[in-house]
Amino acid sequence: MLKNRIIPCLDVKNGRVVKGINFVDLKDAGDPVEQASIYSNGGADEICFLDITASNEKRNTIIDVVNKTAEKCFVPLTVGGGIRTIDDIRNLLLAGADKVSINTAAVKDIDFVKEASKKFGTQCMVVAVDAKKVSDGKWEIFTHGGREKTGIDAIDFSKKAEANGAGEILLTSMDKDGTKSGYDLELLNIVTKSVNIPVIASGGAGTLDHLYDAIETGGASAVLAASIFHYGKFTIKETKEYLKSKNIPVRL
Amino acid sequence: MLLTVVDYGVGNLRSIAKSIEKANSDSKLNYSIKVSSDINDIKKSDKIVLPGQGSFKACKNGINNIKGLLDELNQSVLVKKKPIYGICAGMQLFATKGYEEEETNGLNWIPGVVAKLDIGKTNFKVPHMGWNELKIENTSKVFKDVVDNNHAYFIHSYEFIPQDKNNVSITTNYGKDVVAAVSQENIFGSQFHPEKSQNTGTKILTNFLNL
Repeated sequence: MLKNRIIPCLDVKNGRVVKGINFVDLKDAGDPVEQASIYSNGGADEICFLDITASNEKRNTIIDVVNKTAEKCFVPLTVGGGIRTIDDIRNLLLAGADKVSINTAAVKDIDFVKEASKKFGTQCMVVAVDAKKVSDGKWEIFTHGGREKTGIDAIDFSKKAEANGAGEILLTSMDKDGTKSGYDLELLNIVTKSVNIPVIASGGAGTLDHLYDAIETGGASAVLAASIFHYGKFTIKETKEYLKSKNIPVRL
Repeated sequence: MLLTVVDYGVGNLRSIAKSIEKANSDSKLNYSIKVSSDINDIKKSDKIVLPGQGSFKACKNGINNIKGLLDELNQSVLVKKKPIYGICAGMQLFATKGYEEEETNGLNWIPGVVAKLDIGKTNFKVPHMGWNELKIENTSKVFKDVVDNNHAYFIHSYEFIPQDKNNVSITTNYGKDVVAAVSQENIFGSQFHPEKSQNTGTKILTNFLNL
């Protein structure tokens, strides 16, 4: 039976973790490679790096991070943030990333997703949908890390992403992100029912029950979370044991 | 001893090379691992790994586009009987024909076809993506340390259906039994990614190196 995936996400800036594990025994708490190894050895099903490096000249730092991570972590690695060109994707895949997550560039031009998925395969194309509720049963997508409103309907866009070669949707609720009050289950439910590709739930995880709800009620294939893992609140193993006790299939 | 990971323009070759290097050093073996598209490297190799990503057709075109590669692969595998391990679409290429994009001839090393993953009337998602459990069907030197319910990482929308069920070493359940690994003499391959399947994957790669 296919297992639901638990994916810790690390925010990386200029090659350093800015939101990550807060353990005291880390040799270098800012080293993304070390943190990724801890998660992968701890049973994470995938690792996600979100590159939030702002300046263009430092953007290559993520390549170096991916390079080193690929030497140590033998679980799938997804990298997102600032990916705009076919060469950006190629460089990340060559460094050892398995998937890339595209947000702004996909919204700007869906043909970019089409072209990239033809070149590299749909298996590595994750389209990140950042959605915000605008009225009852209606969500709009935002780009540029949630700063820019697009007026595009989130459900329509998810379907369009699937039709153009996305292998997976990373669905973040802008309303819930950072609140620790749970994922937007209504949004998740609509999107998971609207597309036939896997959907990763993101934004709002604060308790293990939130993860359970995203899978059981929301229909998510995978759950992405940051703070509940980073601050040592729960380990990946505890998380999986809890989900298993509630009959969610997980890899233990 | 030389192992070549065939670089024909597809896939995440670095992860594959790194995982084989780990298997190599963990077991104190003395392989040099080379990622190469040079026919001479394949000629000199003791073992070959054939990766694969993207469509069956794109992979086959990738092989065809390197002059002499197809002939050398046939020579190395069918005549010299060098052990080869195909990963994901690399394994699918062992088939007679693939039907992704359009009908395309495969390497025809293990008779069978590669068709769209048929999950019938289930509401399962395609691609089949993530960690799934393995079930041993037939014993194989390379997969001997894998036991029922070990997990491996899958990501695919097409499945290999070999004619002879004896070639099927492992299956996984996704609405039905889906071929997860095949073996035939010196030819081995898996639909899942050993390089992304942690300890289970490392064990398989170690066994392959130890052949």
